[in-house]
Amino acid sequence: MHLILFVVFAGFCLAGAINLLLQSHPINSALSLIVVMTSLAVLYLLLGAEFLAAAQVIVYAGAIMVLFIFVVMLLNAGREEHTLGSRTARSVGFPAVVAILAVIATVILKAQGLGVATLGEGLTNAQGSTNIEVLSRVLFRELLLPFEVTSILILIAILGAVALASRGDGPHGNRERTGGE
Amino acid sequence: MTVLLHHGFLFNLWFIPLAPFVGFLVNGIFGRHLPKWLVTAVALLAPLASFSAVLYESNFSLYTQTEIFGTWINIGALHIDFSFVLDQLSLVMLLVVTGVGFLIHVYSAGYMHDDEGYARYFSYLNLFLFFMTVLVLAGNALVMFVGWEGVGLASYLLIGFCFQKNSAADAGKKAFIVNRIGDFGFLIAMFLLLANFGTLTFTEIAMKLGQDPGWQGGVVTVIALCLLLGAAGKSAQVPLYVWLPDAMEGPTPVSALIHAATMVTAGVYMIARTHVLFDHSPFALSVVAIVGAATAIFAATIGLVQNDIKRVLAYSTISQLGYMFLGCGVAAYSAAIFHLVTHAFFKALLFLAAGSVIHAIGGEQDLRRMGGLWKKMPVTFAVATVGVLAIAGFPPFAGFFSKDAILYAAYLHGASGKALWFVGVVTALLTSFYMFRLWYLAFLGQPRGEAAPHHSTPWSMLAPLVILALLSICGGWIGIDRTAGSTGLSGLSNLSGLVNWINMERFSGLLAPAVGAGAAGGGSAQLELILSGAAVGGALLGWLLAHLFYRQKSTLPVRVAAALPAGYKLLANKYYVDEFYGAAVVKPLLAISTYLLGWVVDKALLGGAAWLIGGIATFAGALLQRWQSGNIRSYAAWLAAGAAAVLLFLVVPWATAWAASLEFVGKMAGH
Amino acid sequence: MSSLLTQEVPISWYLLLSAVLFSLGVAGFLIKRNLITVFMSIELMLNAVNLSFVTFAHQWHAVKGQIFVFFVMVVAAAEAAVGLAIIIAVFRARATLAVDRIDLMKL
Repeated sequence: MHLILFVVFAGFCLAGAINLLLQSHPINSALSLIVVMTSLAVLYLLLGAEFLAAAQVIVYAGAIMVLFIFVVMLLNAGREEHTLGSRTARSVGFPAVVAILAVIATVILKAQGLGVATLGEGLTNAQGSTNIEVLSRVLFRELLLPFEVTSILILIAILGAVALASRGDGPHGNRERTGGE
Repeated sequence: MTVLLHHGFLFNLWFIPLAPFVGFLVNGIFGRHLPKWLVTAVALLAPLASFSAVLYESNFSLYTQTEIFGTWINIGALHIDFSFVLDQLSLVMLLVVTGVGFLIHVYSAGYMHDDEGYARYFSYLNLFLFFMTVLVLAGNALVMFVGWEGVGLASYLLIGFCFQKNSAADAGKKAFIVNRIGDFGFLIAMFLLLANFGTLTFTEIAMKLGQDPGWQGGVVTVIALCLLLGAAGKSAQVPLYVWLPDAMEGPTPVSALIHAATMVTAGVYMIARTHVLFDHSPFALSVVAIVGAATAIFAATIGLVQNDIKRVLAYSTISQLGYMFLGCGVAAYSAAIFHLVTHAFFKALLFLAAGSVIHAIGGEQDLRRMGGLWKKMPVTFAVATVGVLAIAGFPPFAGFFSKDAILYAAYLHGASGKALWFVGVVTALLTSFYMFRLWYLAFLGQPRGEAAPHHSTPWSMLAPLVILALLSICGGWIGIDRTAGSTGLSGLSNLSGLVNWINMERFSGLLAPAVGAGAAGGGSAQLELILSGAAVGGALLGWLLAHLFYRQKSTLPVRVAAALPAGYKLLANKYYVDEFYGAAVVKPLLAISTYLLGWVVDKALLGGAAWLIGGIATFAGALLQRWQSGNIRSYAAWLAAGAAAVLLFLVVPWATAWAASLEFVGKMAGH
Repeated sequence: MSSLLTQEVPISWYLLLSAVLFSLGVAGFLIKRNLITVFMSIELMLNAVNLSFVTFAHQWHAVKGQIFVFFVMVVAAAEAAVGLAIIIAVFRARATLAVDRIDLMKL
């Protein structure tokens, strides 16, 4: 089962990622990314990270991607236009990408000591302790401070986003520009 | 014997240079804003204070005093202090420098009274005095070099005092540059001294030379010859004398002080100071003697036909300096110093008298346009007569004793000594001739030209003249040996204030602790009398010839000149030495500077290097500018490339190690 | 068939998937011309890294791996909010979302 599930959902991931690259309209790319994220959530489940799978769906796919789609629609982003490409991106960037992939893949394939992923095996094998219990035990004891700091981080992000995205003079602001290029 | 004495705050040795230095600062900085009387007071107080300090110090002069003011250089084995030494030699020199200096300061107050650079003049004069006293008091060669360079600087400033005149500025430059050549010799000598003796202190060098009898010739000769080069530059010997006649562009008191009495004698002083080196190198001594004799006669011949009154005196200075070098060259150092002292008196006197004449007749300096001044300027005429008689070497004036001492020592110096003696006598004849020529042309006869005295000479100019004249009369008497039976003169020698505490020793006896006992004698009183008679006879002959040529309105000079036109032209143009130097030295240097240094080094090499560096920077900048394209995608591409590079660098050498560690960790994790 | 059903997946496959997703994200960052799509590629990169963290957490039974993923998600959320606000501000200033047109930093 594990293998079949993995192949299927890994396929979805890859298909979504490639589709993200191939689509010209950003809304299509956003939807492809949502496919990738939900597939990843399933893969997390396969790896025994139930809380993270839920968080992935709720936070990533449900909030962040929705935010992306809001912005796409707000700015009325249309199809990508054909602009002058960057020669550097083509000549320097692609070899770099290939190199990165090659190096990491080589390292992974050459590594010894990697076993197999057992379906259903979680963080502990103890009876009665769930994934989220183990997580929260560590999170709220040892890592309480980083946890609180991240909540402040989110607060700052909210303030920053509101400040950055607000229009200049008051609630009505300038006349809204229509239609992006 | 060295004693460090402390006589309280004032009148330590450092006070002697300090007073003129303070005068230099005050007049130099504030002089323009101070009233003239204050400038004069400050300027005159300084040498007077120095002179008093010297007189005070001389009470202790039975011992050699050394004062060390602190370490100057202390690197490894090299140790040089700021040290001043007062022994008999420097005492005598200081008395001359500060005493005659003070008199000339007084004279200058009258001479330069209407000049607008009054304060500047006195500040330079005080600066000169400061450096000269440092030079004389120096205990080691490096401190002496400071004074040496400093007097060169002061000389440059004073020669070019009227810097608006091109000739004056050029003369200043010439003096400094020619001096530089001599300084090069001095520097090389210092380096050699350091390399061979490890010290520059004069007493230590003397000690080291005395201890080891192996020091003869060789290195010592080289050092001595380099020192001679330095002395020749400063004291205007052949071939570095060319600056002194041009230096007459400066004001006349400057010529009197610097180029007659004190600065040009620094070379002689330096040779006397380092006499131990010369004593150990007979070759160098003979070179010194030959240079001195050659200079003496060479300059005397040029002086025969000069028409500018100051030029005549300049060449006579060069000639007399040649005498002093001759004296040093036969190891009669005290005789040379004696002549230095008497020369200071009568040469300063002659220059100041010439200045008085020039001042009175409104700036005219050509002898052919003077004449008949004996009636209008009686005091000046009288003192000038004294000076001329002194320099010609007539007894009982000062010049007789000192010149006689030198010639006597030269005669006794072996076979070559006799030749030198003969040259000296011929030079005495020539000296007498041209000095009396000057005397006749300037003062006697009928007035030629329209130069009539329309300024009366102020007392500030007359008083020093009179004092110097007195010294020219009496100054030679300290050289009289009491035991020679001239008891009649001993009472007269009391008049000379200088001898009161010397206990009537012979001058050379006085200086013996400082300059050695001199060459072995071998003569007798009769020989000395005969030789003196010969010298005086030569002087009389010169006077007679001058009388024939110039006293009556005779056409003799013109006819002689017409009979030897080539010879006359040669002398009148100073043997074309300046032109020769110009063609042989100056022109090639200018050519090298313009073409080699100017084009090749400056334009091509340095300019090219600067252009290259600038070009590289600009080129690199242009290249790198294209990197900052503002294009996010290219930035992203470079980011990715950098990440890939980092990954590669991290992973590739360590791949196997990482794999092994992974296995280890896997085992640890209990798989 | 039974072997296929019971066969387990090697860890390296998960890691390879993560690597491929990451490089696809980088490629997207380089290729895409729309600013928002570029930003989405960044999110893709973050997700790829999350996957590899979870994989290692699974292998070594390390809680901290999953906690790190948690923090990455939080930071990604904050970053997405702020980044999109910036994109809105840039759009208002330049009226374009084309990456190549936003080049005021050119020397």
